[in-house]
Amino acid sequence: MRFWDKLRGRQIPSSREIAKERLQLVLVHDRANISPGLLQTLKDELITVISRHIEIDREGVEITFTQGKRYNRLVADIPVLGTRRQKS
Amino acid sequence: MPARVITITSGKGGVGKTTATANLGIALALLGQRVVAVDADIGLRNLDVVMGLENRVVYDIVNVVEGVCRLRQALVKDKHLSELYLLPAAQTRDKSAVSPEDMVKVCEQMRNDYDFVLIDSPAGIEQGFRNAIAPADEVLIITTPEVAAVRDADRIIGLIEAEGKGPARLIINRIKPDMVKRGDMLDTGDVMEILAIDLIGIVPEDEAIIISTNKGVPVALDNKGQAGLAFHNIAHRLLGEDVPFMTIKDTSGFLRRFARFVRS
Repeated sequence: MRFWDKLRGRQIPSSREIAKERLQLVLVHDRANISPGLLQTLKDELITVISRHIEIDREGVEITFTQGKRYNRLVADIPVLGTRRQKS
Repeated sequence: MPARVITITSGKGGVGKTTATANLGIALALLGQRVVAVDADIGLRNLDVVMGLENRVVYDIVNVVEGVCRLRQALVKDKHLSELYLLPAAQTRDKSAVSPEDMVKVCEQMRNDYDFVLIDSPAGIEQGFRNAIAPADEVLIITTPEVAAVRDADRIIGLIEAEGKGPARLIINRIKPDMVKRGDMLDTGDVMEILAIDLIGIVPEDEAIIISTNKGVPVALDNKGQAGLAFHNIAHRLLGEDVPFMTIKDTSGFLRRFARFVRS
């Protein structure tokens, strides 16, 4: 996104650009009826379920809701540390 | 031909619905149309004061709905233009005094005698809003180029489509070209990209609006200034004319992108 490119290039984004980015993001949530609170709940429950089967870095888990071309996407980014040893 | 019932709404309060209703009423009447401006903000009426007719209100829409008076008795003739009338809201009741069905019935009574019925919707998404859009043939949405207003406008667009009253058309109000140039205000292109509905007007910020409300003389009457001109242009577009949008210089190549949105 242009906004982040600008930050990397150390140009300060204008308030207009900030407004536009914020609006686009908040509307993705509004339109899909997914509140940021729901995302947190989804994240917590996903972490619980996945941890039962795979060891993961809980702190590093990121759940985001993004605009796609045809669909909006719920994307889970889960760092995996290793599979649990089977208790024999 | 029966009247076109057009509801002016926004979601967000204070973005200029009442001002737009008053000025579009004036502009259409100046073009020879017979217009009734309806104040649907029951309990918080303001269309009367913006039009300068507050001293002439005798009956209101609730009186009409409850059968206390006939519609003709409640209509207030504009001070300046003989073909413009106001149907005031009640000030001492609230939105529950009128139902969407009542609104439809009242508007049906006006269909044959007028060319345009402009309904000034209250802010919000509750009963007042539902009352205001129930009789609508068309909906105009007003937003300012600010985050909260655009967000609310987006919600309203969704609600209007869900009610089968879409597609709505957009008026972007209170644009400040200097702030746009400095990068401190969303420009028309930004708002259009986000809301993605047809644009029917851009109204620049204009001190004359405050003066006009002070005096109760809407800006469209004296034809001076940018905001007044913008409202006249919107009236022409409502009548199907292809009026180019006012040149408001900004940084996003608006004039280029804009060509897509002009109605033919």
